[in-house]
Amino acid sequence: MAAAFSRERIDVSTFAVGFLMLVVLILSFSGVANAADHAFRAHAFIFLLASAIGLAGLLGWHELSERQPRFDKTFYEESIVKAGIAATMFWGIAGFLVGLIIALQLTFPTLFYFPELGWTNFGRLRPLHTSAVIFAFGGNALIATSFYVVQRTCRTRLAGGMWPWFVFWGYQLFIVIAATGYLMGVTQSKEYAEPEWYADIWLTIVWVTYLAVFVATILRRKEPHIYVANWFYLAFIVTIALLHVVNSLSIPINLAGSRSVSVFSGVQSALIQWWYGHNAVGFFLTAGFLAIMYYFIPKRIERPVWSYRLSIVHFWSLIFIYIWAGPHHLHYTALPQWAQTLGMTFSIMLWMPSWGGMINGLMTLSGAWDKLRTDPVVRMLVVSVAFYGMATFEGPVMSVREVNALSHYTDWGIGHVHSGALGWVGFVTFGALYCMTQWVWKRDRLYSNALVEWHFWIATIGIVLYITSMWVSGIMEGLMWRAYNEFGFLEYSFIETVSAKHISYIIRALGGGLYLTGALIMVYNLVRTARGDVPAGERRRSGATPAIQPAE
Amino acid sequence: MTYEDWSSFAQTWGTLYFTAIFFCALAYALWPRNGKGFRRAAQLPITEKDNGDDRPLA
Repeated sequence: MAAAFSRERIDVSTFAVGFLMLVVLILSFSGVANAADHAFRAHAFIFLLASAIGLAGLLGWHELSERQPRFDKTFYEESIVKAGIAATMFWGIAGFLVGLIIALQLTFPTLFYFPELGWTNFGRLRPLHTSAVIFAFGGNALIATSFYVVQRTCRTRLAGGMWPWFVFWGYQLFIVIAATGYLMGVTQSKEYAEPEWYADIWLTIVWVTYLAVFVATILRRKEPHIYVANWFYLAFIVTIALLHVVNSLSIPINLAGSRSVSVFSGVQSALIQWWYGHNAVGFFLTAGFLAIMYYFIPKRIERPVWSYRLSIVHFWSLIFIYIWAGPHHLHYTALPQWAQTLGMTFSIMLWMPSWGGMINGLMTLSGAWDKLRTDPVVRMLVVSVAFYGMATFEGPVMSVREVNALSHYTDWGIGHVHSGALGWVGFVTFGALYCMTQWVWKRDRLYSNALVEWHFWIATIGIVLYITSMWVSGIMEGLMWRAYNEFGFLEYSFIETVSAKHISYIIRALGGGLYLTGALIMVYNLVRTARGDVPAGERRRSGATPAIQPAE
Repeated sequence: MTYEDWSSFAQTWGTLYFTAIFFCALAYALWPRNGKGFRRAAQLPITEKDNGDDRPLA
């Protein structure tokens, strides 16, 4: 027994994670016992269960790995990347599916409305969709790719021993707490920051650990230079930590209850919220995924990025400018006019870094344009960059006060975010997943390139249907809202604008359904790739080639 | 300090400070002597290889 706890045998990081789990176990046990409301009790129970499973898992792992070198520094940590790929696919499908369900609820409200099942209401499912796609699908993609990229570009194993696994599982726990909370009606009513105070604290712990693991890995790099993708990842991690902590500052009403009060109120609260909200777009959905672009496009086509100098200018100008653009969400509100104008001006300035980055990504292909035809994964990555350019052109246009007067609160906004989310974030993630699955499972090729083609075209048609239908319905409802008749009265009642959008909503749901179908094809393809399967027809063909029969 | 003081500071010195540090970043990116390091850095993802066994090569 004494030998089992000798210094060489015990892993410090595992012990530390275990101790943290124990603290969570005790706190959540007391939470279950003293809960002030049902939702808090349910969440304390989930924490209790998760920390118990975590502790059991750590003990089991510690026993099993007794004879092997733990966290061997001469190897890359790839199993966490594999887990991240699986989590990204799982939450992606879940998030797209909920998106399709709420699109159908808006299209056929009588068919998909269940008054006796409160948790199926649009108001509960909508944050479930947004959080699932942004934080669960996007977040897991960022964690998985960042862990892969930082190791490879620094030529060193991921630092922190057991801590990266704490980041991975702790983040999944946060997602489960957030998602179940929305269904139970637990929300602090801040868009994209709905989880309540205890989930916020948990995410802060997980996120700061993520930052520490990432920085520690960079510090132990074998390369003098920190590759530009890591700069983007670092900016994403640091800024999200800052945004999350400040925007979620709140005081719980009861330490064993699921309700809290924000420390900000009125216009200050609105400004902080959109400083958070817009930079969640700028640093989570842009900087993080630009890191994917700067690593995976050069790696896949085996050519360096078009201009490394431009990538540095892109980086600094993007992070300097994005942080000020948030007030464009608050045109025609109590926010001072100069602050609104500031947000609008910086949004327009963002054209330059955004398009600089797009040009840099696209021009990396110069001299290898044939790959667009021959490699559907490259096509997916390149089309994502094109959508990045398109969405970042549209955004500044919509931030102009006069355009915003027409576009704000309409479906145009929904169309805009989905051209960024489906086209840019989704496609660049799919491209990275196709690459990484092949690489970490050491396969010569994907299971089927033809299925990638199917995924690409089905999803692209889905996006086109989605964004064009939302442009039509958005501009139409914007114009209907402001139409006056000859007596100076409003021409249309609100419900008339709603029924006018019905056709667009059918097309939108169709587009979303196609996008989900494409993602399901990808999951099938990636699972078969990971298993090392080869399509039946191609096995026969490849079997025929080397069969040099001896003459009889 | 009043609200007016803060806002006028942000609108004048804030802008100048922002511009100054942006030009520092620009100078770093465009400085001719940094070119060699950048060319090497740009090759990082491509030159990185392992022998198919997940071991980092020095």
